Amino acid sequence: MKKRVVVTGLGTVNPIGNCVSDTWEGICAGKSGIAPITKFDTSGLRTKIAGEVKNFDPLSFITPKEVRRFDDFIIYALASAEMALDDAGLIIDETNADRIGIIIGSGIGGITTIEREKEVLLKTGPKKISPFTIPGALANLAAGTVAIKFGTRGPISCAVTACSAGNNAIGDAFRTIAYGFADAMISGGAEAAVSPLAVAAFNAMRAISTRNDNPEAASRPFDRDRDGFIMSDGCGIVILEELSFALDRGATIYAEVSGFGSTCDAYHIAAPPPGHPGAVRSMQLALQEAGMEPSDIDYINAHGTSTPLNDRYEIEAIKKVFGDHCRKLAVSSTKSMTGHLLGAAGGLETIISIKSIDDGIIPPTINLDNPDPECDLDLIPHTMRKKDIHTAMSNTFGFGGANAVLIFKKFEE
Amino acid sequence: MTVEEQVKQIIMEQLNVTEEECVPEAKFIDDLGADSLDLVELIMAMEDHFGLEISDDELAQISTIQDVIDYIASRQ
Repeated sequence: MKKRVVVTGLGTVNPIGNCVSDTWEGICAGKSGIAPITKFDTSGLRTKIAGEVKNFDPLSFITPKEVRRFDDFIIYALASAEMALDDAGLIIDETNADRIGIIIGSGIGGITTIEREKEVLLKTGPKKISPFTIPGALANLAAGTVAIKFGTRGPISCAVTACSAGNNAIGDAFRTIAYGFADAMISGGAEAAVSPLAVAAFNAMRAISTRNDNPEAASRPFDRDRDGFIMSDGCGIVILEELSFALDRGATIYAEVSGFGSTCDAYHIAAPPPGHPGAVRSMQLALQEAGMEPSDIDYINAHGTSTPLNDRYEIEAIKKVFGDHCRKLAVSSTKSMTGHLLGAAGGLETIISIKSIDDGIIPPTINLDNPDPECDLDLIPHTMRKKDIHTAMSNTFGFGGANAVLIFKKFEE
Repeated sequence: MTVEEQVKQIIMEQLNVTEEECVPEAKFIDDLGADSLDLVELIMAMEDHFGLEISDDELAQISTIQDVIDYIASRQ
């Protein structure tokens, strides 16, 4: 018998804020987190802007020794997991540790660590390579390090499905609980890929915006003048629990996870196919698992990357899945404010979707000055809207043709 | 600074321990909470600072702060 799974804790570090309340306040106010890159010299790079994490003090969460050891994506995961566990009031001890697990995704892992150590290798030779290079680079070490810190001994895994990694992680964590393999899961995505190599490489693919003169306007999903996504760093972590486990310990429940859809395009390494049938099927599968009709969905937090192809085909896919209801539901892309956190996007956007249900607020799509004629849905331009939200769908699609869609609903006993 | 003071300074920074913990007989793994990877990194920092190279065989002989101080003194 499939069990019900609820969300009881949220934690995040991202370009808008370093906790859930600052982030949500910024999102509702239509604040952009995009600015010139400060982490490294951008001379020679076509893109000089990104969504960096700002004013974050890792020492509030870990020791100076740990800061030196870990790549930023791991540090963001440690901080977000601590905030999420605090929020949930979940204490991991001898009585429950074997039944609590972790799935945290990452698109790229510790690319900054790899770049730094490659420079050491070239400049001073192999004997000076840090022993923490591999543990800093492995994508699953966000999950592994969080497990060590909090002592969870249940299932552990890491989704590495590029920009859908966060949703693949949460979807898998949801089913791990639903089918009885764990009572609670720490899940989400972590990324810190804003690095010279990654920026240059995304530039080579012509995937990211070069609107360097106006960073805050650069991420403009569904707008006629969009020219690519904006890379961002950060992490979004949620605590998922089996319903009776959460109720027995008196946890506050934010929302219920009701469906997950996972498909592959099997088409192209980076581009979605016209009409995006893989996205259509992933939305349909999520609805099916949730036992919902398309008309049951109130809000879609779109993948909405601000690339010419994604936005057009995602809208096409939404129209196909929702039929006439696509004119009634609200769709917005919060990447217009946060930029694209790649493998962490699903983690952060799950938090945003849940806050939307919790607060009855639909976050806006900022910079939507001239909607693409093909993107003609209710895209919540510029300012948030107050509305009772019972159900939210969160879309993520990744390179490699991975599509992962989650559905959340207001919790009712 | 004496060799001893310099060694202690590096250990305090690398292992995030206090001056009081850095007694000569303190063992890196048992007393100062280091793991085998910390030890590799610590020795690399010593090599950089003192401009010398410590072989893996020599490293195997080092377990306390005094061992490091003696080793460096013998090489200078």
